[in-house]
Amino acid sequence: MAHPSDPAQLQTWRAQLACAFAAIDDVFADCMIDASTKLSAQGLDDFLEQARFLGKMGRGAEPVLIFLQEWPTIATLVGEDTLDAVMVAIKRINKSPNSKAIAPFLQSLAAVARRLPTPNQLQHYLDLSLQLMDRTSTSIHGIHKSYPSPGLAAFFETAPRLLDVLSLQGLANWVTYGMRNYAHHPEQQREFFSLQSADSRAVLQRERHGTLLMDHTRALDLTLRALWQMSDVLVPYATTFDVQRVPMPYFDADGMRLPDVYDARAGVSGLDRYRAALAHMAAHRRWSTAIFADNFSPAQRLAIECFEDARVEALALRQYPGLRRLFVALHPDPKDGACNPATHSCLRHRLAMLSRALLVPPPRFERPQLREWVQRFHALLAKGQSSTAEMASLALSYLGKTRLQSDQLPDTWFDDTEVDYRDDNRHLWRFHERPDDDENLDPPDQTPPEQDVPTLPPRHYPEWDYTSQTMRPDWVSLYERLHPSGNPADVDVLLAKHSALAKRLKRLLDLLKPQDKVRLRFQEDGSELDLDVAIRSLIDLKSGNLPDPRINMSHTTDGRSIATTLLLDLSESLNEQARGAQQTVLQLSQEAVSLLAWAVQQLGDPLAIAGFHSNTRHDVRYLHLKGFNEPWNDTVKARLAAMQAAYSTRMGATLRHAAHSLVRQNADKKLLLVLTDGQPADIDVKDDQLLIEDAKQAVRELDHQGIFTYCISLDASADAYVSTIFGQRYTVIDNIARLPEQLPRLFMALTR
Amino acid sequence: MSDKAETYRITKEPFYQQQSNEVALYEAAYNAKLPVMVKGPTGCGKSRFVEYMAYKLSKPLITVACNEDMTASDLVGRYLLEANGTRWLDGPLATAARIGAICYLDEIVEARQDTTVVIHPLTDHRRQLPLDKKGELIQAHPDFQLVISYNPGYQSLMKDLKQSTKQRFVGFEFDYPAADLEASIIATETGVNLADAVRLVKVGAAARALKGHGLDEGISTRLLVYAATLIKAEVDPMDACRMALVRPITDDADIRITLDHAIDAVFGDA
Repeated sequence: MAHPSDPAQLQTWRAQLACAFAAIDDVFADCMIDASTKLSAQGLDDFLEQARFLGKMGRGAEPVLIFLQEWPTIATLVGEDTLDAVMVAIKRINKSPNSKAIAPFLQSLAAVARRLPTPNQLQHYLDLSLQLMDRTSTSIHGIHKSYPSPGLAAFFETAPRLLDVLSLQGLANWVTYGMRNYAHHPEQQREFFSLQSADSRAVLQRERHGTLLMDHTRALDLTLRALWQMSDVLVPYATTFDVQRVPMPYFDADGMRLPDVYDARAGVSGLDRYRAALAHMAAHRRWSTAIFADNFSPAQRLAIECFEDARVEALALRQYPGLRRLFVALHPDPKDGACNPATHSCLRHRLAMLSRALLVPPPRFERPQLREWVQRFHALLAKGQSSTAEMASLALSYLGKTRLQSDQLPDTWFDDTEVDYRDDNRHLWRFHERPDDDENLDPPDQTPPEQDVPTLPPRHYPEWDYTSQTMRPDWVSLYERLHPSGNPADVDVLLAKHSALAKRLKRLLDLLKPQDKVRLRFQEDGSELDLDVAIRSLIDLKSGNLPDPRINMSHTTDGRSIATTLLLDLSESLNEQARGAQQTVLQLSQEAVSLLAWAVQQLGDPLAIAGFHSNTRHDVRYLHLKGFNEPWNDTVKARLAAMQAAYSTRMGATLRHAAHSLVRQNADKKLLLVLTDGQPADIDVKDDQLLIEDAKQAVRELDHQGIFTYCISLDASADAYVSTIFGQRYTVIDNIARLPEQLPRLFMALTR
Repeated sequence: MSDKAETYRITKEPFYQQQSNEVALYEAAYNAKLPVMVKGPTGCGKSRFVEYMAYKLSKPLITVACNEDMTASDLVGRYLLEANGTRWLDGPLATAARIGAICYLDEIVEARQDTTVVIHPLTDHRRQLPLDKKGELIQAHPDFQLVISYNPGYQSLMKDLKQSTKQRFVGFEFDYPAADLEASIIATETGVNLADAVRLVKVGAAARALKGHGLDEGISTRLLVYAATLIKAEVDPMDACRMALVRPITDDADIRITLDHAIDAVFGDA
């Protein structure tokens, strides 16, 4: 083959490309030189062939340009054979309305290939992309797709970053989530796939690999407390979205900051990496004292930090020698001579070598100078704990002795010099003068604090997506507030109206009331002689056997221990008139709940009452009517009297929230009664089944928390869905007019 | 009577390492015939201390482990039915009062409050024990002394001593010994080398720091001694610690991995 830079050869290739875009002329020679070194002869031929196709495709010069520049690199990563698969994908995209996405696709392909280096993995990625394209390109009429996918181009741009933190499976889950939930919102879809929406980040966080700090906060808190006898808030900082710089762990007055996720590295698990970082920071807390930084140059500070880090670690290892394994595995081991002092500033490299040697003395010192400093360091520590000030003076003389002219060079050698479990040592420095570039220079915030908002901040609850069998994290915002009050006398009127019913209920209640006295038999000491047992013992005695001395009995009290939460569906449909009655369903519910509350009060069981309705997932309202510790008094009656119905029924989040407080009740049995008149639904959900499945999932979660959920449905046609949600635990009340009578009876039957 | 006293006598000196001046104080209390209460977390050496003092004063020691089902007659005594009538049997408290022994009621809060009241007449100036069923009044032997132990860590609403009981005793408060002292205790008790004992004490300190954060009690000196015994028997130290120090005290996964890590940190590289 002729030399690639040979003009004749280039001419041939250019002719083979048969493409007249002027923009290509500028880079063609360079690209071909690159390609001819990376591709085989056959590969080069195919390469030009496909480039030619891209030129003729009619989508401008951009795809060809990018292809010419990127393909040789991709081919070296995944092999030339994948070209066919890539071209198939491009042709598919080209035939769809998404041809604008070809450029970003090709642009990011090299970065993607670097993370998916086998043809098989790359094929999965291509399939996933095409699936995304098919599912999100929409059409208005007929079968032909006519509108481009809003999220596809954004997806190609974020793909390399995503693959940094996600496995291929995780990426597929993330994409599927986006396709499913944002198929009909072009704007939101774009935000999702460009990683701008909170939801998208939350799902990413869930799918990512590695050890999440949030999952292990308690274990790490305990470690800090157990090993270091200190406690502090552990605050995660995001590592995924900060692409500019990688933050380091640090601590300040507000807590210890750690990355939100650690992957296992160098045989050290994510949890152990957190422990190493914590141990290092705790050692600083215990043994470091802040010194004034103003008189030190940046290089001097770097050296002081290096010695001080080594000192606190040496002290920590005295106490806990087992940490050595973690520190040694995580500390970089820079190679002597890796940095060339002629071209780079080698200060960081030299200090990293020193730091490594201070931690693990190498078997053989390449340079006697290094050994001398390691010995001086250990000599200082042999006498005791040494101090930050001693380390500072040691560091200064180290710097004086080893300084090189090239340390001033602008190119700093960074490879193998970052010790990622160490903090940034900001606690080590005090300043006489505040540095100019410090953001603290902002005048203190003098805006008056905002007025107290009368509502609580929202609580976020997940929602179950049955189609993908996953939880949508933090999907629903639930606001808990006090129900407005009305006139308590209204409820008394209702109760008076049902006084005959109340009398009948009272008889039932008396039967249910705690049967206080329970006989304890077989007592050695007791209040009475248990005659049966006494006689038996006497017979034993007469017959020469050992008599049972437990011939007494005594009494003890036995109480009920049932905590109940009653959840009222307050959706719009309650305003309808009940079948076969003069009143609305709401009024009947009001009477029923009043009677129930009165009855439960008689029994003395703790009861909470709350109403709920929702107006999309962003506004689920949980209206507090009665708390567990509130007695049945005028305040509660007033709230009941003012009951209003509006909006829709989003049941899952409400169930989860009700469980939140019910599960904290100190009772043997926990009962959650749901009084509803229809199936779960909300105006932002098109799929009827979705909220039903979510409620079913919520009931299952409550079961695991030991809460018995029971539904009282007023919807005569409820059988279709209510058993899906609640299994066998439901009652449908057909004759709503009898609800006031049925509800307390039902409660008693359940808790008998 | 004297041969009965011999069965309760402690013949071999128990190892006890004095923490401060508690031995002298106890001797003073004994000479004044004052009832003694020993408080402290579980496994910190309360029972060993009482045993040691009984040996040192060469008095018999009658120990009763209290439990919830214990009745007053378990302490005082009861009639036994026999084929041709009944026979009285002295309980441990009555025996101790007759022979002049130190009666040690271990974990007294475990017994029901109505049971504990029977010790009242023995613990004030009267020093007598009425046996109401038998119609006898035992005048306590001059050597008799009552000692109770009691772990304030258990204190709950249900399990506490009545004020009227508490105010009949002089008290000793025990805690886990200081680190170097505890290490030497472990080394002496088990024969394990001092370096391992020091490490064990570090693990113990780590667990004690978690008290109230998921652990009801820290690792006791007794458990540390068990671990040391295993190490002495050539069990791998990390295994010994996991077995003797971690598994018994917690079922909480977070606590377990934390303590396991503490063991790795302390014994790693050893």
